[in-house]
Amino acid sequence: MAANPSLGTKPAVLDIEAVRRDFPILATSVHGRPLTYLDSAASSQRALAVIRAVENYETHSHANVHRGVHALSQAATAAFEGARERVRRFINAASVKEIIFVRGTTEGINLVAQSYARPRFCPGDEILITGLEHHANIVPWQMVCEQTGATLRVARLNRRGEVPFEEFQRQLGPRTRLVAFAHVSNALGTVLPVKRMIEAAHAHGAVALIDGAQAVPHSQVDVRALGADFYTFSGHKMYAPTGIGVLYGREELLAAMPPWQGGGDMILTVSFEKTTYNELPAKFEAGTPNISGAVGLAAAMDYLEGLGMEAIAAHEQRLLELATAELARMPELEIVGTAAHKAAVLSFTMKGVHAHDLGTILDAEGVAVRTGHHCAMPVMTFFGLPATARASFGCYNTEEDVGRLTSALKRAHEVFG
Amino acid sequence: MDLKELYRDVILDHNRHPRNFGPLEGASHHAEGNNPLCGDRLLLTLRLKGDRIEDIRFEGRGCAISTASASLMTEAVKGKDRASVRQLFERMHALLTQPDGAPDPALGKLAALSGVREFPARVKCASLCWHTLNAALVSSPAAVSTE
Repeated sequence: MAANPSLGTKPAVLDIEAVRRDFPILATSVHGRPLTYLDSAASSQRALAVIRAVENYETHSHANVHRGVHALSQAATAAFEGARERVRRFINAASVKEIIFVRGTTEGINLVAQSYARPRFCPGDEILITGLEHHANIVPWQMVCEQTGATLRVARLNRRGEVPFEEFQRQLGPRTRLVAFAHVSNALGTVLPVKRMIEAAHAHGAVALIDGAQAVPHSQVDVRALGADFYTFSGHKMYAPTGIGVLYGREELLAAMPPWQGGGDMILTVSFEKTTYNELPAKFEAGTPNISGAVGLAAAMDYLEGLGMEAIAAHEQRLLELATAELARMPELEIVGTAAHKAAVLSFTMKGVHAHDLGTILDAEGVAVRTGHHCAMPVMTFFGLPATARASFGCYNTEEDVGRLTSALKRAHEVFG
Repeated sequence: MDLKELYRDVILDHNRHPRNFGPLEGASHHAEGNNPLCGDRLLLTLRLKGDRIEDIRFEGRGCAISTASASLMTEAVKGKDRASVRQLFERMHALLTQPDGAPDPALGKLAALSGVREFPARVKCASLCWHTLNAALVSSPAAVSTE
């Protein structure tokens, strides 16, 4: 039975047993133990509704989109464009022209870097990011700086892993053309005051790109209420397949940007002398897109809204509080990232035990966590650590999972004791 | 899955008390090894006399497997010539990647790392120091510091 309640009723509390039944992989055993999956920040698991939607599309509706008058091509186009409308509603964009399907957050950021920033930035222009960014929100800007002579500036963290607003504001200046920052830090769980930061950027005439990969699965995101110019996220962190993601951009900005990749579907006419480009959003979708991925993404959005974003956020916050309290009780553990406002991501180190060893021992107990630098080396450098272990929670995690994590950590302490 | 096979007492001991750890005075060759998966860095410095490793030390921070592997390696290769080091490298490579079979007796204490092959994600941790040693041996000799 699916956990989706009937339309219009959104329970304040998740029926967690029903939610767990919606994710078949959670019944897996690992090394003879029940799986405790605490790595949703790296990639979440798929809901049955998503798996079924993809299967149904591949079984009954697949052909290429936007190319042909036969029945299946029209069915596929309807499914793909229907998914775009579903995404628009999920993040409350004004128009489907503002929804570009991409491979994931990384591609969304690279698209803006290469199509918005590269053609217009000059030496002396500034791009502002923060100290907690994922490599995907650092490297594309470094590349643009190399290409244009623009300068990359970084708003520094404090010891709690927050970006103090005053520091962010200090880094803004008359030459700031673009700010790019995470809505939620993947390495630390810090939630940034996005709306306020965007307002500050706009006050300096800069546009704002938000990396929403870690935010969209966990709370309601309204791109217009936030005032975001660009907002990008990945399907596979929100219970949908890999290889599909979304770049939202304000229509006015996208319309003024040149295409990034050339190919089929992004053109109106092609001759050897001159090509005219297609309208939005097709202008940015060269080649056959990930149609089944988009269908799966739409199904994941139906599923999440069925559960209720508020109920999900409340459930995950309870787990975060419980896990934080449990880990704080173990003197050999240190929590990295103690921001006042956090999502359900818990990074930590154990005294005398490298994160990699911790990950192996936890795995032997069936507990899956991420270990390493979490694609955020500058965060690790800031805290003077080579690596941390990271437990991250999704809608399907339980208090029992927290219990299994703490017992596994005790086991690790024994092995290295 | 037996954690005791991976974290044998020898490994835990070398992790807690790494041998030949720290900078080497008057090094002739060095190389840095990086494991981008975990962010581990290893700096290997050695002094060659003719064809022979007269002294070798390592620095850096890593997991128990990579620290113990580097520590055991420095003990094993000190005093050996390039050809013998090459042989040991081949034997280590076989130990870490071949599915089973008894460890080559010529490996001595290095055989303690045989449990790693059951943990494919960790093989790189154990082999990082050996690849770094290869890089150091082909690096151009550093000017000997007189300070």
